[in-house]
Amino acid sequence: MNRLIATPISRRGVLGAGLATAGVLAMPSILRAQDKSLKVGVYGGYFKKSFDEHVFPDFTKATGIAVESVAEPTGEAWLVQLEQAAKAGQAPADLSMMSQTSTLKGQSTELWTPLDTSRFKHYGDLLPRFINKYPDGRVAGIGAVAWWITLVSNTDVYKEAPTSWAAFWDKANEDKLGLLALASNSFLLEVTAKTFMGGTNALDTEEGLNKAFEKLAEVKPNVRLWYRDEAQFEQALKSGEIPMGQYYHDVTGLAIADGFHVRTTFPKEGGIQDSGNWVLSRASTKVDEAHVFIDYMSQPSMQGVMSRKVGTTPTLKKEVLDLTPAEFASVSSEIEPIIPRYDLYTSKADWINQKWTELIVG
Amino acid sequence: MRREVPKSFADYTPLLFPGLMLVVFFVVPFSTMIAVSFFKRNPAGFYTPDFVVDNYARFLTTFFAGVLGFSLMLAVLVAVCCVCIAFPFTYLLTKRSRRVQTLWLVGLLSVLSLSEVIIGFAWSTLFSQTAGITNLFVALGLMDKPVALLPTFGAVLAGMVYQALPYTILVLYPALVRLDPTLLEAARTLGASPVKAFFNVVTPALRNTIVATLIMVFVFALGSYLLPQILGRPRHWTLSVLITDQAIYQSNMPFGAAMAVFLVLISLALVGLMLLVGRKENAL
Repeated sequence: MNRLIATPISRRGVLGAGLATAGVLAMPSILRAQDKSLKVGVYGGYFKKSFDEHVFPDFTKATGIAVESVAEPTGEAWLVQLEQAAKAGQAPADLSMMSQTSTLKGQSTELWTPLDTSRFKHYGDLLPRFINKYPDGRVAGIGAVAWWITLVSNTDVYKEAPTSWAAFWDKANEDKLGLLALASNSFLLEVTAKTFMGGTNALDTEEGLNKAFEKLAEVKPNVRLWYRDEAQFEQALKSGEIPMGQYYHDVTGLAIADGFHVRTTFPKEGGIQDSGNWVLSRASTKVDEAHVFIDYMSQPSMQGVMSRKVGTTPTLKKEVLDLTPAEFASVSSEIEPIIPRYDLYTSKADWINQKWTELIVG
Repeated sequence: MRREVPKSFADYTPLLFPGLMLVVFFVVPFSTMIAVSFFKRNPAGFYTPDFVVDNYARFLTTFFAGVLGFSLMLAVLVAVCCVCIAFPFTYLLTKRSRRVQTLWLVGLLSVLSLSEVIIGFAWSTLFSQTAGITNLFVALGLMDKPVALLPTFGAVLAGMVYQALPYTILVLYPALVRLDPTLLEAARTLGASPVKAFFNVVTPALRNTIVATLIMVFVFALGSYLLPQILGRPRHWTLSVLITDQAIYQSNMPFGAAMAVFLVLISLALVGLMLLVGRKENAL
């Protein structure tokens, strides 16, 4: 398998080098290569910077497809923009990184071009949770990046690492927590269900959801900050002002590397694993290029590069990866993750949002 | 100066440009927002053009009434604080030399260049336990140990007053500079102390300016959504924060639009009421 991919890459590489030296004679080919381009939307900031640096140049070198990266806002703003643009037949980006909930919402208007999985050599190696399907089985999105939200703490304030999400409910932690402000990005209902109700299936019924909300209400006195922007919490965590909370495993890792006194813990109930998909706007005409890109990104070697350089979690089975045990441990954990119940944020979106807002604001 | 009544169409042409801008940048977006507020929301996707009142119905609860009430109260309080601080300050500023005035105004203008984000984070550091001003008080022996001054209502208020104060001063300044000095001289000649002259002569003479400034700061403060998040607890979140949640995070444009329309209508009503009261007082 690896050889199959390696061959075209090296041939392209040789070709590229030859063209560069051939100069004028090669002009038509260069133009052809530049004809092929792809606009790729990635989350602005850290992700875009890392992709521009470590991913896109090599992709262009390997395939001859030029990439124009577009910074997308988080939240659902980008989904709304793509939808409005698609109605007008425009695609501000061909491929975009899209959160699971947004991918599901886009399905409702057939916003995503179904993907031909036979064109992805490593389709069979993808973990099933990273394949997003339409109800009729067509594939709407393929896992792009995955990341963890873990239990983080300041090592000066907490000498011992907490081991369970139950630490959030500990009365000793009054006014000490920083948590994400929305049901659909904090996934605290899932955490509550996994920690106290035997698993996220407990959220299947409205009764179960109500119970989870009740249990979650007990956390409120312990929360000092409900944050929407990462920077708001990160600074306070580093200084010890708000010494515990939920945060992104990758960014906390960077803070540790910079010498800040913080730690990230996979609780025994599991870290929260969230992820984004590659989705192709139905208004895009670059269907071929998009498939080449997703195929390229889903190779074990690229997943390895992403884990090492960007700090994201691989979307492929552990067996096919080229990561050392230490490298794997720095971006993932053997503990079964808490997978968010994305379906709830489309089927019961407004009900959950209203109850949640009343819970934390009221 | 005598005002000529415009006679021909040509006399109205200077109004065309501002009128056009008003249509493009206010009437069109606001109408779109009103239209969207009646659209039908699909929780699993987007919204479809329709005429439903569900979005307004959802808003009419004690919960949202509470949030709306808090937002209005906060905006009024910010406006009052700003005018109470800025009015005497600007008055005293106009008594200084030209050079001193210029320096102060340049300083105030530079504060305007700070974004809400920077102001929010700066105040959150100032109010923090680990690096905040209470550490200074401890060093001076005024306090036993440093404490966190946020998240509190006071922190939100301080941040918002800080943000709105330069605007307040810049709006008050021209009126105070132009104030006829003979008014004060007369008051002083008749035996009023400077303080008494300020309250009994300067303040009433500029009542309309003060009312206009209050309204401007009120409207300005009503739109604030970042400072309450950074400096306050969820119960200090304004309606603008919840509107943002709906629009950005829930892609529930119809409900977000309905809340925004409601907020605009309520604030227009309040402004109208204030102007009405002001006019009656003037008539007396």
